Amino acid sequence: MSYHVNEKGYYGEFGGAYIPEMLYPNVAELREQYLSVMLQPDFQSEFRALLRDYVGRPTPLYFAKRLSEKYNTKIYLKREDLCHTGAHKVNNTIGQILMAQRLGKTRIIAETGAGQHGVATATVCALMGLQCIVYMGEIDIERQAPNVARMKMLGAEVRPAKSGSRTLKDATNEAIRDWINNPVDTHYIIGSVVGPHPYPDMVARFQSVISEEIKYQLLETEGRDIPDYVIACVGGGSNAAGAFYHFLDDERVHLIAVEAAGKGIDTGESAATSVLGKTGIIHGSKTLLMQTPDGQITEPYSISAGLDYPGVGPMHAHLFRSRRAEFISITDDQAMQWGLELSKTEGIIPAIESAHAFAVLDEKKFKPTDVVVINLSGRGDKDLNTYIKYFNF
Amino acid sequence: MNRIKLKLQENKKLLSIYFTAGFPNLNDTVPILQALQENGVDMVEIGLPFSDPLADGPTIQASSTRALHNGMTSDKLFGQLKDIRKTVHIPLIIMGYFNPVMQYGVERFCQKCREIGIDGLIIPDLPVDVYEENYKPLFEQYGLANIFLITPQTSEARIRFIDSVSDGFIYMVSSASVTGAKGTFGAEQKQYFERIAKLDLKNPQIVGFGISNRETFAQATKQAKGAIIGSAFIKFLEENGLEKIGAFVSDIR
Repeated sequence: MSYHVNEKGYYGEFGGAYIPEMLYPNVAELREQYLSVMLQPDFQSEFRALLRDYVGRPTPLYFAKRLSEKYNTKIYLKREDLCHTGAHKVNNTIGQILMAQRLGKTRIIAETGAGQHGVATATVCALMGLQCIVYMGEIDIERQAPNVARMKMLGAEVRPAKSGSRTLKDATNEAIRDWINNPVDTHYIIGSVVGPHPYPDMVARFQSVISEEIKYQLLETEGRDIPDYVIACVGGGSNAAGAFYHFLDDERVHLIAVEAAGKGIDTGESAATSVLGKTGIIHGSKTLLMQTPDGQITEPYSISAGLDYPGVGPMHAHLFRSRRAEFISITDDQAMQWGLELSKTEGIIPAIESAHAFAVLDEKKFKPTDVVVINLSGRGDKDLNTYIKYFNF
Repeated sequence: MNRIKLKLQENKKLLSIYFTAGFPNLNDTVPILQALQENGVDMVEIGLPFSDPLADGPTIQASSTRALHNGMTSDKLFGQLKDIRKTVHIPLIIMGYFNPVMQYGVERFCQKCREIGIDGLIIPDLPVDVYEENYKPLFEQYGLANIFLITPQTSEARIRFIDSVSDGFIYMVSSASVTGAKGTFGAEQKQYFERIAKLDLKNPQIVGFGISNRETFAQATKQAKGAIIGSAFIKFLEENGLEKIGAFVSDIR
């Protein structure tokens, strides 16, 4: 079975491009060109140079000694939290801004939930001197004030999404509407492995640098280029897609995708799409999504804004359906405790999204010889307010 | 021959109206349809509301949110329309996004439409290639015309392809934009209308998006067979309720 996208833009039964005709020329242009552009030597050398000199790659694969002793297994942390702007998101925005330039686009739009992708997009737009408009739900603008300020400092215009539930899914709708209204000069930088084909594949390829590095870094430390487990959190699924990418076809590697259970699967306040979702269409992609029996998309919940998305990317829907990856749901409380645990054990304050991945250590038993790689997708600076409120610091 | 095709043969410019089912009130669907027919509207698009209407501007978004809040569902809409053909005889088209149709079951949805006497469907996010590959036989089996959109950015090759798989009319989106009124049409639109007219397509074209009054209706139908008014009608309903629908229609033509 293949876990990569096929020539029609599908992963198994999931994916495709369910878009209104107004978007067809934009999406078709990207679909026809993305691979040839990405594979050009000058694109690759510019992309690689920026990842090295601007983002700070390769990020370390750090052997977490105290954590490993505690859980009696070999735990490595892939330090995406050390990327410029504080998370893996910038790997994709660097790639897409170079793509936009090659396609002759002069205006960039993006959606953001917590603001991490918005900041990563505003950053690369500043770097390249391109106009940047970020759509963000009105409610998220209120609760993520520091990231709104960062985007403004970087020269981006932050436009509030006032429709529907006024969060990430509505910001995505607004960005898509903007693209419909500006079909010629604008490139839409989607922040995750979601949206119509070719976005899920393009974003996964830009993020695949994560697993590419894990392979050679493990070879240096462990003498083998595959781990036994790769664990990553999944909202839309971009960091997991990057961490899994080069291991997809090697069934010796166990892939674990960690979703946000929120207050609990059965509480009505959850974002565990693999458990609560059904096949449907969201943002131009056929995938698993949370919806009413009548097909209206419902509002997810997680304490972590980055996992607060009612769908998963089509690649992850396929990994779930085919059982190639194991999906585990972690509650707010478990994740918050792990935010504290990792801080105290290893001196690393993780993003709350990433903290979900660590909680798998309590859910599964690992052998002492197992090599377990956890993708530490982002740092916790942006979450300090949430941590402060939760723990009453 | 179905009602859409018969209507398209009439020797006049067609006025089509879109409204969101369940707006302003849950049970307004049938009275609105009857009033539109009484006042000489040629065809109606009944909007099945969706939580995330990607191609719609603020007016239709807000009416959809309100309709859903009022409790509109696919089942309720079909229930309201059960006996519609006893009183309403103009062509009726259901316009909605693909996810609610998919959850209802595409075949079951088509079957229900046929039972009621719906003549066609407009599903903006069901792309023409997916339709061709998976759903065309179903639509044909249940006698439903599937209406596709073209825009100023659609290439001639693709327009010809869409024309070849269409059976009824082509929904011509007036400009690169989401739905909603924008004043009048400029030189760019006029050029686009002329360009499409010259293609001499098999299916007649009906223009939608941005048509709000007598002037834009006349501009849009100079070459095209008809025009669709949506957002402007919804705004009118919001401000005036159902009683004055006649005045709205007579202001257009």
